Amino acid sequence: MARDKTRKKMDMKATLKEMKHQKFLIGVSLVVVVYGIIFYYWPLTGWLMAFQNYKPKNGIFGSKFVGLDKFRFLFEDEVFIKVIRNTFAMGVINLVTTTIMAVLFAIVLNEVRRAWIKKPIQTISYLPHFLSWIVVTSILHVSLSSTGIINDLLMRFGFIDQAINFFAHPKYFWPIVAFANCWKETGWNAIIYLAAITAIDPALYEAASIDGADRLQKIRYITFPGIKPTFLILLLMNVGNVLNAGFEVQYLLGNGLVQSVSQTIDIYVLKWGISQNDYSLGTAAGLFKSAVSIAIIVIANSIAKKYSEQRLF
Amino acid sequence: MNEKEYRVRKPISDTIFGIFVVVFLFLFVVITLYPVLNTVALSFNDGIDAVRGGIYLWPRKFSLKNYQTVFAMQNIWTGAKITVLRTVVATVTSLFANALLAFVVSRKRFMFKSQLSLFWVITMYVNGGMIPVFLLYKNLGLTGTFHVYWVPGMISAFNMLVMRTYMEGIPESLEESAQLDGAGYFTIFKDIISPLSKPVYATVALFIAVWQWNSWFDAMLYNRMKTEYTTLQYELMKLLSSVMQQSGSADSAKNSANTITPITIRAAVTVATMLPIVCLYPFLQRYFVTGLTIGGVKE
Repeated sequence: MARDKTRKKMDMKATLKEMKHQKFLIGVSLVVVVYGIIFYYWPLTGWLMAFQNYKPKNGIFGSKFVGLDKFRFLFEDEVFIKVIRNTFAMGVINLVTTTIMAVLFAIVLNEVRRAWIKKPIQTISYLPHFLSWIVVTSILHVSLSSTGIINDLLMRFGFIDQAINFFAHPKYFWPIVAFANCWKETGWNAIIYLAAITAIDPALYEAASIDGADRLQKIRYITFPGIKPTFLILLLMNVGNVLNAGFEVQYLLGNGLVQSVSQTIDIYVLKWGISQNDYSLGTAAGLFKSAVSIAIIVIANSIAKKYSEQRLF
Repeated sequence: MNEKEYRVRKPISDTIFGIFVVVFLFLFVVITLYPVLNTVALSFNDGIDAVRGGIYLWPRKFSLKNYQTVFAMQNIWTGAKITVLRTVVATVTSLFANALLAFVVSRKRFMFKSQLSLFWVITMYVNGGMIPVFLLYKNLGLTGTFHVYWVPGMISAFNMLVMRTYMEGIPESLEESAQLDGAGYFTIFKDIISPLSKPVYATVALFIAVWQWNSWFDAMLYNRMKTEYTTLQYELMKLLSSVMQQSGSADSAKNSANTITPITIRAAVTVATMLPIVCLYPFLQRYFVTGLTIGGVKE
């Protein structure tokens, strides 16, 4: 007993000594933890607002709880149902198109053997990634304007007689958003796939050549299986973000005429929460989005667990 | 069959595929570059002449008037000043904060190492969302000030993890020998780890700088009423959104060309906004790619 006690005492002493020695590390930790609590953890208490009739003067802990009233209002609002559809549709379309483009670009670029061609193309392909969405939409707006290149080409080849106002018709909106996303991110997203292709054993390609496989067959039977793990991991990581993908470009390109297809959950939150000051309704919409996102991640992960070795957690 | 004979019998499908590769990449480069170059050409073209259309890669009626107009706009100057200032301030403070935190969590013998890491990793996955964050900044008195640009995002778990991964690769023996010489942890951070972490510092500094340069949403959300804290991106956004509202109401953009900011002026602001990035990114891209791969490994 006495021995144990002294041992414990010595342990304590050692810990204290170690703490003293690490006082700088502990001090920094304390400061950043306080910072983190304020800026990252405190806002989490804001979720409570979704179940309240939040009034700024009463604060979060003084406002009246109203249960699921705000959610009931949301799901009875036809606009919100459309907003959910838009967010999902654009999220899925963007995920599919950008993934296809990135894989395609990586495979095609990998077929170029000469570095002096490959390098400049890759550098050019990164460019749009570094531009802001404002700049991208501004550039896009020029190209799609009545005097822009798209209308110019369409008229020149006789497809149309009069310039199309692309931003005034709902049917063009989703394709424009998908194109904008591909334009901005294809080169950047391809980096990881190019790295995965580089990691494939060259001996496999040589063996296939000797067996008489052509380039397409090599891609199909060697490159595709080679990048499959990367593809699945990225897909898993990105499906959870499907609902997050809809803000900047939709906000910047949206206008009154295409509102029915351009509004997303984030825009709805901004509109109700910030502009109309209905903080509770905005928070409820945001909470719904987060909950669905987490559900999607969990479902995707369990599907992946069942059918392949890839998973996130 | 020798090597030469084998080469000759290249399947015809390979030739077709080769053509596809060339066409695809050619189109890819054209589609990526053309809109950018077209915008540059427009920015150097006379405003009224541009309404006729038909300007491609070169201005038809060369004019510097767009840039003169833009540089005479007070809000553009304010925006440019604030954008440069916020980029510098945020890059310096955020780099220092993330580096120090990364240093702390990468010390193998630090007693709260794993708890502190977890504390920050969680912030990558859960967040309060737009409105609670907005209310927080309002209550802290950050809205309507310059500080809203650099204080809230100072520590980011992603940037911190990229740096941690790099610092974990630095041999521990260096730290031990410095400690034997009586160096404290801050000295080790300043004189040993930081000089060795220069590449990852460069990467993260660039991440932060580009992010800051390109941000517009914070200016709109928190400083809408404060014109003295506007940013370049936000000014461009205002020009653009006035056009979007127009194209959403008038059926022909041509008729409204006189009432809205001419397309050439917008082009000039766009070019001015993207110019620093376009000029710098080719030299800096390898740092970005490094950051992406380090970050990816850790994910």
